[in-house]
Amino acid sequence: MPSTTDPRTKDDLSQAGESASSADTAHGGARDHVPAGWVQRDTENGARHLDATPDDGGVDHTPVRLIDPDGTRHEVPELDRWLDDVDDAAMLGLYTDMVAARRIDTEATALQRQGQLGLWPPMLGQEAAQIGSSRALREDDFVFSSYREQGVAYVRGIAPTDLLRVWRGAAPSGWDPYEYRMAPMQVIIGAQTLHAVGYAVGLLLETATAGSGAHGGIGVSRPDSDGPDAPERTSATISYFGDGATSQGDVHEAMTFASTWSAPTVFFCQNNQWAISEPVDLQSKVPLVERARGYGMPGVRVDGNDVLAVLAVTREALHRARAGLGPTFIEAVTYRMGPHTTADDPTRYRDRSDLEEWSGRDPIARLAAHLRDRGVLDDDAEAAAQQTADEVAATMRAGVYAVADPDWSTVFDHVYAEPHAVLDAERDAYGRYLAGFADNDTQEAAR
Amino acid sequence: MSDMTLGQGLNTGLRQSLADDDKVVLLGEDIGSLGGVFRVTDKLQSEFGPHRVIDTPLAESGILGTAIGMAWRGFRPVVEIQFDGFVQPAWDQIVNQVAKMHARTVGRVTMPITVRIPVAGGIGAAEHHSESPEAYFVHTAGLRVVSVSNPQDACTVLRQSIASDDPVIFFEPKRLYHVKGPVEVEPLESALPMSRARVVRPGHDVTVVTWGSHVAGALDAAEAMKDDGVSVEVVDLRSLSPWDSETVVESVRRTGRVVVVHEGPRQGGVGADICSVVTERCFADLAMPPVRVTGHDVPYPPAKVEGHYVPDMDRVCYGIDQALGRVPFETFTPATSTEVAA
Repeated sequence: MPSTTDPRTKDDLSQAGESASSADTAHGGARDHVPAGWVQRDTENGARHLDATPDDGGVDHTPVRLIDPDGTRHEVPELDRWLDDVDDAAMLGLYTDMVAARRIDTEATALQRQGQLGLWPPMLGQEAAQIGSSRALREDDFVFSSYREQGVAYVRGIAPTDLLRVWRGAAPSGWDPYEYRMAPMQVIIGAQTLHAVGYAVGLLLETATAGSGAHGGIGVSRPDSDGPDAPERTSATISYFGDGATSQGDVHEAMTFASTWSAPTVFFCQNNQWAISEPVDLQSKVPLVERARGYGMPGVRVDGNDVLAVLAVTREALHRARAGLGPTFIEAVTYRMGPHTTADDPTRYRDRSDLEEWSGRDPIARLAAHLRDRGVLDDDAEAAAQQTADEVAATMRAGVYAVADPDWSTVFDHVYAEPHAVLDAERDAYGRYLAGFADNDTQEAAR
Repeated sequence: MSDMTLGQGLNTGLRQSLADDDKVVLLGEDIGSLGGVFRVTDKLQSEFGPHRVIDTPLAESGILGTAIGMAWRGFRPVVEIQFDGFVQPAWDQIVNQVAKMHARTVGRVTMPITVRIPVAGGIGAAEHHSESPEAYFVHTAGLRVVSVSNPQDACTVLRQSIASDDPVIFFEPKRLYHVKGPVEVEPLESALPMSRARVVRPGHDVTVVTWGSHVAGALDAAEAMKDDGVSVEVVDLRSLSPWDSETVVESVRRTGRVVVVHEGPRQGGVGADICSVVTERCFADLAMPPVRVTGHDVPYPPAKVEGHYVPDMDRVCYGIDQALGRVPFETFTPATSTEVAA
């Protein structure tokens, strides 16, 4: 049901990690606080292009940031206004979440190497993007994700074992999507963005904002202001996808539909620089965030390794969505430190120096440095977070060992929602075929 | 009960569905103020509002993907694809998403989406406006596929499709949009289930199985063959997935001869599956191999030669003659035509 509570105090942050962070506005002033030298190699061409068109307002695509890699914290009013409630405990919570997410990820990689999983897509390095954004969500928001969002799933409360059922090949999906308000992972690149838009349109249709005129968009109503105090009318949806997905037609169509209908949705793009072996500059000649302008929606480029900045920009985007201001495109600039999946070999296509460079921007080390500076994190607290993460991983491992192979007949389950005589007959026939082995089995056992 | 065109029957069915269930929403290109290029949604937007009858941007994958999200939220979307060839851009969303979502979510999420597609040729249209893509969808588990042949079925089967919790690909033969017939808004509980075929003309010498716009051609052929002393039974299959093998098998066991007629290409067509099942189940009863009268394995041709593609009454009669052994059996393979019949 639509929520109209204060976005600054009622989101998921209050439940787990208990921290807050800063965010960026669509065209905020945070760029001043980004250290010189942050240049995405994939965006150099685009940056030059933009420099050559000063009439567009001299758009600066430096990702907005609140915490530098060395832990230095900047005050950015446009972002900090979304973080009033983020106290030390909340910050420590975000830290613990990230440590746990990384621990889940490394444990799952180990489980794959040990033959317990068929495949695993590591998210190492993307913890801030996933924890910061998902902690901005409220319980009634709905997530449509790709296949690498284990950090998001963890924050949504999904048991890590359930996350692994699919990768073990033991189930088509692992949890009740309506219970956790998160759809099962989507493997077709970008397809889920449209589902998030459709769900969001459904939210609009349930409200009085619908039916604005035969030629108008579905959600054309506008609130009085776009600040944190603007009244919220619906919940929101968020879609997660990567830099490679931005080339997909479905993502373009999703942004078109969402924009013209003012759908309450957020496009959260984790630009981790690589689509398997293809660098992001093969997907776009301009910074990905530039796409937003063409669809008529705000775009935000955020340092995806700064959990506080990600939290803030996502909170604002979600608030805009809930308030009827339409969709927002967020480009979280991060880096996939691991392979695309456990079947991938990134040494064939990228330089070790890249990895070293990005190691210096590690999202967990960054927040840890900041929290140590503030005296919030000490050795004991760090050990406590690690212990929490270890327990999560141990529970997950034990859970995976306990996952039984499904019965053969489940192959035929849920293909249709209503009775289907032909499929029933196929199932029965295959059952009779299998039953034909029963006598042999009995004889074998008797010998 | 009143006489109306097949298009008006569809319009009546949509109106009734919109009135019956406020979760029913219509999505498509030009379906609002224009009422659709074939006017099937005529006046529905003014009647039910732009939040029930929704004009979309021009992107078929976007339409289907959005419909999926709405179904996730509990809506019952009815999508209009403007022309058969335009459904292909929505391929992924239909085949990978709509068809598989219920299984993927272990039964937790239903996809009660109806995809209306004007289908087939014979109207002198441009490229991609005359396709018969039913076999693609029939091959996809998770979808139900139906095709209507008359105004009453247009109204009733459309309502049944919309009421179904499964996704339904609903084919509307363009050639029949203006054909008239009686239509009654009948109670769905007592209507023939949409998965069932209907014998539209009883006979005892040969069974013709077809659907959509070719039901009329089969009936014409049956009438023509009657003058020749041949009694033809015509089965309107109506549902292509699942298809009603009981009705077909019962008929062929009586007649011993079967001709399947469809407009889609022959190779891998729905007729191939029907002929297989008939052979498996009626092997001892068959006096001749099953016959297929179909479109050719070619791209749909330009309008001036489409008459050489679309099976007409004469080709259906020729197929019946093959089933009766009156003419050489044509296999459309490198084998000579006579060795099969011999």
